[in-house]
Amino acid sequence: MSTMAVPDIAVAPVDEGFWTRSRKVGLTLLALGLLSAVLFGALATDQQARFTLSDDAAGAALEINGTIGAILFGIITIAAGAALLAGVPKRWFLPVLGVGLVAFVLSFLCWQVSAAPAGQNFMPLVNIIRGTFILALPLIFGALAGVLCERSGVVNVAIEGQLLMGAFSGALFGSISGSVWVGLVAAAIGGAFISLLLAVFAIRYLVDQVVMGIVLNLLAVGVTGFLYERLMQTDAAKYNSAPRFSNWEIPLLKDIPVLGPALFRGNIFLYLGLLLVLVIHIGLFRTRWGLRTRSVGEHPIAADTLGVKVLRVRYRNVLLAGVVAGIGGASYTLALYSFTKNMIGGKGFIALAALIFGRWNPTGALLAALFFGFADQLATYLGAINSVIPSQFLAMLPYLATILAVAGLVGRVRAPAADGKPYIKG
Amino acid sequence: MEPGEIHALLGENGAGKSTLMNVLYGLYQPDEGEILVDGKPLKLKGPSDAIGAGIGMVHQHFMLVPVFTVAENIMLGAEQVRGGIAGFLDRRRARREVTEVSERYNLRVDPDAVIEDLPVGIQQRVEIVKALTRDVDLLILDEPTAVLTPQETEELLTVMRSLKAAGKSIVFITHKLGEVKAIADRITVIRRGKTVGTASPEASRDELAALMVGRNVRLTVDKTPATPGEPVLEVAGLVVDDDRQIRAVDGVDLTVRAGEVLGVAGVQGNGQTELIEAVMGLRPVLAGTISLAGDRIDGWKPKKVLRAGVGYVPEDRSVDGLVKEFSVAENLVLDIYDRPPFGAGLALKPDAIAASAKERIEQFDVRTSSADAAVGTLSGGNQQKVIVARELSRPLKLLIAAQPTRGVDVGSIEFIHSQIIHERDIGTAVMVVSSELDEVIGLADRIAVMYRGRIIGIVGPDTPREEIGLLMAGISPDAAQERNTDAVPGDGPATDGGPASDPGSASEDEA
Repeated sequence: MSTMAVPDIAVAPVDEGFWTRSRKVGLTLLALGLLSAVLFGALATDQQARFTLSDDAAGAALEINGTIGAILFGIITIAAGAALLAGVPKRWFLPVLGVGLVAFVLSFLCWQVSAAPAGQNFMPLVNIIRGTFILALPLIFGALAGVLCERSGVVNVAIEGQLLMGAFSGALFGSISGSVWVGLVAAAIGGAFISLLLAVFAIRYLVDQVVMGIVLNLLAVGVTGFLYERLMQTDAAKYNSAPRFSNWEIPLLKDIPVLGPALFRGNIFLYLGLLLVLVIHIGLFRTRWGLRTRSVGEHPIAADTLGVKVLRVRYRNVLLAGVVAGIGGASYTLALYSFTKNMIGGKGFIALAALIFGRWNPTGALLAALFFGFADQLATYLGAINSVIPSQFLAMLPYLATILAVAGLVGRVRAPAADGKPYIKG
Repeated sequence: MEPGEIHALLGENGAGKSTLMNVLYGLYQPDEGEILVDGKPLKLKGPSDAIGAGIGMVHQHFMLVPVFTVAENIMLGAEQVRGGIAGFLDRRRARREVTEVSERYNLRVDPDAVIEDLPVGIQQRVEIVKALTRDVDLLILDEPTAVLTPQETEELLTVMRSLKAAGKSIVFITHKLGEVKAIADRITVIRRGKTVGTASPEASRDELAALMVGRNVRLTVDKTPATPGEPVLEVAGLVVDDDRQIRAVDGVDLTVRAGEVLGVAGVQGNGQTELIEAVMGLRPVLAGTISLAGDRIDGWKPKKVLRAGVGYVPEDRSVDGLVKEFSVAENLVLDIYDRPPFGAGLALKPDAIAASAKERIEQFDVRTSSADAAVGTLSGGNQQKVIVARELSRPLKLLIAAQPTRGVDVGSIEFIHSQIIHERDIGTAVMVVSSELDEVIGLADRIAVMYRGRIIGIVGPDTPREEIGLLMAGISPDAAQERNTDAVPGDGPATDGGPASDPGSASEDEA
């Protein structure tokens, strides 16, 4: 069968009439399905692949024979691909695509879990979900900061710097005051400080916004690195031992199987991040603030002629973005680790990718961030079970997937029309 | 301004009409002087003050957010909200308001349609509804008919009349004399930032034009009958897609002969742009052929097409015609900068470029402070003259001029038209594409009307406007078609057909 698929792929780009985007995606999915059914099926062992539902390995679990699972899920992917290839109504495109991709991942997992060393043939779902969210959290905050900024027409490449400054201020002032709340406020102000610089230079002095963003990132690395060495390393007990938010269990919700322990026994940042996605989404599309923000990001002159204060809206949104990203930075230092030099390590840029992958949409950004978080978590897990696949390769996968997804799956991504264009009155 | 009055503000491009109105709308601040409303001086800090004072404006370039719905655009800046400081949008109320206003003034719009999906005429209607929902007493329309078809213009004039009947005052900014005469109660003519006179609509076209330009202008193009020669441009079965991969030109056949002007009329967006871009090599040809004086040129690069003797005045001078930041002199040699005498090897010859610029600025009456001024600082008419000067300075076989006088003042229009006719008279084949029907009728020896990617008819220049208008709207009555065939010059070199048919009949004989 695979030999038949080859000429199809070669023909694909030639005839534009039949090979719509949906069909091309379907063909790719079909190929993936074949790959997983044949290859993963062959490599999987007869061990039961267990997906445990509780915290301990012995508890309740979903289980399936490795070989059967890999082939079965592969076939589901093939079916989804075939459905797209045959042509489905437009609104079915994304759901069918989603089913196909999830089945592909499951097929892959059946192989990996069943082929793990004896006694490790299980995947703790609770841990995986919790880990996914924890790893995605800075991305969620960062991408939301991007949404706030860019929807009003200011490109925010400085997310990395905002996260870092937030993490640093949170650690420093949290340690000095001994209060998590002081730390949280300080983190918000720290992020907003970077934003203020971005706003003043981009909006007032019309400096190129991308260049300004990059410079601010370097500035944040420099300032925090310097103070880290001079202050925190010399007296870590005083300057770098911030108190941490404890986990809050949410009554009732914490008892939901799997999701309860994974999501509703977390810290304030997790709840805040998810809440912010909801608030910003509703705000952007349902409120006066959102309508004005979007109008300023799409057609600032039109907004101006209707009495909307374009520059004021932009200043406000850029500052808000800094607050959000600052809090995101604190999700490291006020919950997980003490501050280290350059501890954000590029997550701000991945947040930027999540923003674009999520089409400048808060919910889209959330899904993209979770996708990246899951890939990260999966890489860790596969390292733990000594997978044959090098973990570096897995760590690379999400970015490869982003490039493909943005090019093919999501369709043409359209940024706010005035994104990155300074508004000069008159 | 009186209540219920339509006041036309007439002036050439760059005369200061739009600037004046932007001051009135609070977008610009006046350096001196004041605005009086009902006898009281009015200080406008921004557009919201103007709206508050009952002044609304429909801008020349629409102030609509393309990705928003009609209702969203209309409520922006004056949102109805509930939920206190959260400020949730009351969409239902906004929608109701739009429907109410549009019914009251008979301006039908769908509140849930997305702007970018709407045709230009409807977008303009949305702009008017937007102003009306803000309860304005004075509506400023800045060049509202520049983008409309003749039929849409008629509709707009009807709307203006009904607004007037409802007691609204309208300032109607334009440089089109016919519309002014048709609708205005009073006319103020502006030239170089000063009021140079007021007139009543009974004033003749010539009087008004003289006031605008400060001298007498000819409104019709003087030309002698054409003497068409050999076919220069031959297009057969041409199929071209637009940027969205949608068929834009769908099987076009046309011929332009030496020494004649073929006018291509049609509402914008019916494939005219794609047709000429295909000829210029800017757009891939999917099917059909394009020949220039017998040579197949489809598939050629634009540079090669230009070098083969094709002059091109693109429809959007700021995007395709000029490099705004470059000087006038540099823009004048954009096409031949790498050829002697302007370039040698890797170097440019600034002296030669300057000398030729000086000469051409004079010859083509380009009004610029110097040849080194950035072309973007010139007025629209003078920018267009720079393009025309550049394109006509080469020996041409074919001149393609798209919207050659769009946004150009009356004086420059006259000049550019006479240059085009002059080019025809020295034996160049000319194709003029314009959405301005008067321009096509004035210049063309034959008129091809494009509709939905096809040539729906070819008629003579003395065909009644109404008939061409119907063709532009896609209605081609049989009568019109019959007339077409008559109007096409059938006296071309008939001998061409002779030898070609001979082998055909011979082979038939053999069979």
